[in-house]
Amino acid sequence: MQTYYPLFTAIPLAAAFLNLLLSKISMKVSDYIAFLVTGILAVMSVKMLFEAPFIYAVGNWRPPFGILLVSDGLSSLMLVVINVIGLLAVIFSFKYMATYTAKPKYFSLFMLMIAGMNGVVITGDMFNLYVFLEIASIASYALVGFGTGKKELEASFKYLILGGVASTAVLFGIAFLYSMTGTLNMPDLAQQLEVIGMTKTVGFVVALFIMGFGLKASAVPFHAWLPDAHPSAPAPISAMLSGVLIKALGIYTIMRIMFNIVGKNELISAIIMFLGALSMVIGGLLAIGQKDFKRMLAYSSISQMGYVLIAIGLALKPGAELVVATLALIGGLFHLVNHAVFKSLLFLASGAVEYRTGTRDLEKLGGLIKKMPVTGAATAIGSLSIAGIPPFNGFWSKLIIILALFRGGYWIYGTVGVVVGFITLIYFVMLQKEVLFGKLPESLSKVKEAPFTMVLPLVILAALCLAMGIGYMAIEGQLLDSAASALLDKMAYMNYLIGG
Amino acid sequence: MDRLEQEIKDTSKGMTTIVKTIVRFVMGIIVIFGAYVVLYGHVTPGGGFAGGVILASAYILLTLAFGKEMGLRKMSNRWASLLDNSGALAFVIVGLLGFGGGYFFYNFLGRGEPFHLFSAGSILLSNIAIGVKVTASVFAIFMTLSIFGRIIYKAAEGEEPESEE
Repeated sequence: MQTYYPLFTAIPLAAAFLNLLLSKISMKVSDYIAFLVTGILAVMSVKMLFEAPFIYAVGNWRPPFGILLVSDGLSSLMLVVINVIGLLAVIFSFKYMATYTAKPKYFSLFMLMIAGMNGVVITGDMFNLYVFLEIASIASYALVGFGTGKKELEASFKYLILGGVASTAVLFGIAFLYSMTGTLNMPDLAQQLEVIGMTKTVGFVVALFIMGFGLKASAVPFHAWLPDAHPSAPAPISAMLSGVLIKALGIYTIMRIMFNIVGKNELISAIIMFLGALSMVIGGLLAIGQKDFKRMLAYSSISQMGYVLIAIGLALKPGAELVVATLALIGGLFHLVNHAVFKSLLFLASGAVEYRTGTRDLEKLGGLIKKMPVTGAATAIGSLSIAGIPPFNGFWSKLIIILALFRGGYWIYGTVGVVVGFITLIYFVMLQKEVLFGKLPESLSKVKEAPFTMVLPLVILAALCLAMGIGYMAIEGQLLDSAASALLDKMAYMNYLIGG
Repeated sequence: MDRLEQEIKDTSKGMTTIVKTIVRFVMGIIVIFGAYVVLYGHVTPGGGFAGGVILASAYILLTLAFGKEMGLRKMSNRWASLLDNSGALAFVIVGLLGFGGGYFFYNFLGRGEPFHLFSAGSILLSNIAIGVKVTASVFAIFMTLSIFGRIIYKAAEGEEPESEE
């Protein structure tokens, strides 16, 4: 696998353009290309889990000068999340996207987005990270507006403007770092910043990064684009955006830069924890009153990302014991993976419901568990998981985060975590009542179960929710530990420069 | 009188005869300069992107002076899309060919003599691929932006907007 590490971006990039060329001959071919490519990537990403950390010098250029790719526990974990959810979203798209025109263009944009996200995750070069961030973002702007209706275009435009501002802030920060250190290589930057220390310029750069990547992660003061953008996109894209994109472009980049490059810091820790708590509370409260299926899920994404952010913030605190920091990171990473699974499940389920009923308005839905038993059951499992009901996976990750907060002495944040857990339960019970149970409206009496290619991803994701809840010990030992220790060990990351 | 001279005399489409005549003279120079910037990108300032934009601006100038029929005749939507995708694909393939030497984007060609056209290995190939891609996509973006203008213009005159691809 080591030799072929760059293929994670090269394959989808090549396939995106090949697809547009071949689809001029036959429209059908794009389905096969998309399935084949995401399938290969998913298999490759699972194989990556069994690799020891390594670095890859692109074009065989020596590290500080050439582009460096880094593979460690964290990037392997993110690769699995991106590519497996990507594969399931592609399977879901076969039938769902038939209701839209220009399917080949959709799949090309989809693969560009995957290429961008994979690139962000595997790269060890600051400017490279920015380029891939833009590839993924620009593809997602186009995908949000794919329906080309009035609302879709408005949401896409809003997302484009805010995302553009965020990207500018990030680029600005990278420029500052470059002028200060003369290098863009991330391990090299980490070494140089160790010498420079926490000067005012570094502080400003960190502020720019928190704003830029925080907007991509939709932390609360920067969240305004998400509740419009995620519901407007086609359902598989909503699943990718909420399930993967905000994590790969936002959370992952914040983790990588704050832990491995800037290093632990009291102030950064306090800011990120505060943003996390704010996101949890505001996202959760705003979700309660929503009448649109997907909009409620979008607000819930903001709230759940708050849990991950607060865990990251706690682990960033220099004074925190190693046990607490590790516990918080394991909880945060586990919640990240879990959220990817159940939020994409719920968004895909909303797509299946919309495909059959033609509406996402919660007031017009109801009693669907009788008409769509499989979709209904999957939705129920997804909402129970996200609400933190044992034995599903969401329970464990929230429990670990809250435990870590209490052990770290953050009683208020811990209590906020518990209360937001209750709020989550409230609006997901409401969601279940409005969609699955209750009275079946007259207009929906002829609704059938969704087609097989739409049900299959739902079933797989629901099974994952249960399996990751029950077998959580195995996941913790194998995956999360190596990802968390990759983050906490800044020395190891710096040593990648000399081929570590 | 050949077809081009007829087009130049025809004042119903595009700009005036003076503009069209001048565009006819400078077109060749712009294209040669664009090609030069693409091909010598590795030894002089410039490169695939800059040269591609210059080449695309030649097409845009042609469209502005002679009207959109002329521009689309020189590069139709279909050709723009084909060139756009094949340029990008060619760039990825240059990278993938590097696996022959064991690394992604490995320089699989000889280094050549410094400051000559055939030097710097695979960078020349990458520049050509980027040049083709940028030429086609900048022109395609220009034509796409003009679609809405055309629809609004027609709607203002009370015609049914024709369906554009």
